[in-house]
Amino acid sequence: MREVKYEDIVKAVRDHIVYSGTNLSKDALASLNRAYEEEESPVCKEVLRQLLENADIAASEDRPLCQDTGLAVFFVKVGEDVKVVGGTLKDAINEGTRKGYEEGYFRASTCEWDTRANLKDKLGYNLPAMIHFDLVAGDELEIEYAAKGGGSENVSRATVLAPAMGRAGIVDFVTKVVSDAGPNPCPPIIVGVGIGGTFEKAAISSKHALFRELGTVNDDETLKSMEEELMTKLNNLGIGAMGMGGRETVLGVHIEKLPCHIASLPVSVNVQCHSSRHTSFKL
Amino acid sequence: MSKTYHLTAPLSDEDVEQLRVGDIVYLSGVIYTARDAAHKKLIDLMDEGKELPFDVKGSVIYFVGPTPPKPGDPIGSAGPTTSYRMDSYSPRLINEMGQKGMIGKGKRNQEVIDACVKSKAIYFGATGGAGALLARQIKSAEVIAYPELGPEAIRKLEVVDFPLTVVNDTNGDDLYKIGRAKFEVKD
Repeated sequence: MREVKYEDIVKAVRDHIVYSGTNLSKDALASLNRAYEEEESPVCKEVLRQLLENADIAASEDRPLCQDTGLAVFFVKVGEDVKVVGGTLKDAINEGTRKGYEEGYFRASTCEWDTRANLKDKLGYNLPAMIHFDLVAGDELEIEYAAKGGGSENVSRATVLAPAMGRAGIVDFVTKVVSDAGPNPCPPIIVGVGIGGTFEKAAISSKHALFRELGTVNDDETLKSMEEELMTKLNNLGIGAMGMGGRETVLGVHIEKLPCHIASLPVSVNVQCHSSRHTSFKL
Repeated sequence: MSKTYHLTAPLSDEDVEQLRVGDIVYLSGVIYTARDAAHKKLIDLMDEGKELPFDVKGSVIYFVGPTPPKPGDPIGSAGPTTSYRMDSYSPRLINEMGQKGMIGKGKRNQEVIDACVKSKAIYFGATGGAGALLARQIKSAEVIAYPELGPEAIRKLEVVDFPLTVVNDTNGDDLYKIGRAKFEVKD
């Protein structure tokens, strides 16, 4: 058994949260630069210029990129030969989240569903973190993190299609979700799609798809071709940056798949705004 | 072709009537922040016939819940939140109280667009996700009501050249529809 200290996890989580909330990820920055160069619409080009300037200001002055610093979402692969000492892994991730959000002057955005009362005093600043654990072979801890804002989460949708609807049905569903969302999720957006599994697994896959680096190519030939088809179709909607009418609507479409039940074709679409704040690290 | 204006809040009928969708406005002066929780409280006060915590006539309300300020700063990052959550409140503030401007992001419903025509008001879009850049244009911030709402409290802001785009104007036009139609490519 390899031992990993509770305090080391807290510190790593805290530091990665603060850094990624103030320094736009390299892949998102490169993608926004490309969109800025290629956009034909003057009003959207100005929006993209502001976003690039915003990223500069945030990084140089250590300020949050966006006031919606999101809920903290984690995908954690736990090696079966790892033992956390000094506390539990879940507590360490939550404590790192609390410290990162509070010490980084980020916003506490968790609340009760009905009274909408903020949970910062009851549970802790921006707690709980949204954590997905997976148990794997080995003696490492692999932690993927993203800050997920509310505006893009609000337009995300899941469904279960009839198997006969197939690829065309999936493409139509994704297109409808993005078209209906229009300006609301802060385009240009990243579109995560989860196909297959059960209802909830499709949703989790669509979330995980957003963690993939922009500009990377899917190693599944069918999914790669669907991603290309959707990129063209979604950019043809004409939504543009902040929905003001333009060519650059989508920075990337990322699809993950799982085996299905013989009766079902679950599909989930999780939308990410242009401020894609994500990182990963190993301990 | 879109025009560029420099205006000072509070706004008059003349200020807003000249604006058309797609125009750029650099707004200075005093504006107020409110999200859905604060809007609900304002409407409750109106229903009870009580005085509101600020003069709504001519006012511009910014839909924002900023991050906490770092020591020495007036405000933290402060970009717009999605505006549809205010759709059920905005028409009454415009039609009954004389609100002249809203700043947010995303679509508004027909009732809001109709109120902009009927009572002469503008819905401005600010760039979502540009919270660090927009905060630079905010020179002072003071909580004037509902401090218990934290980031959602009503703040009085002094802004200089705050960059905005006209999304809904007093003609009932909608930049989201017009702009998208221009760049849509049909299959």
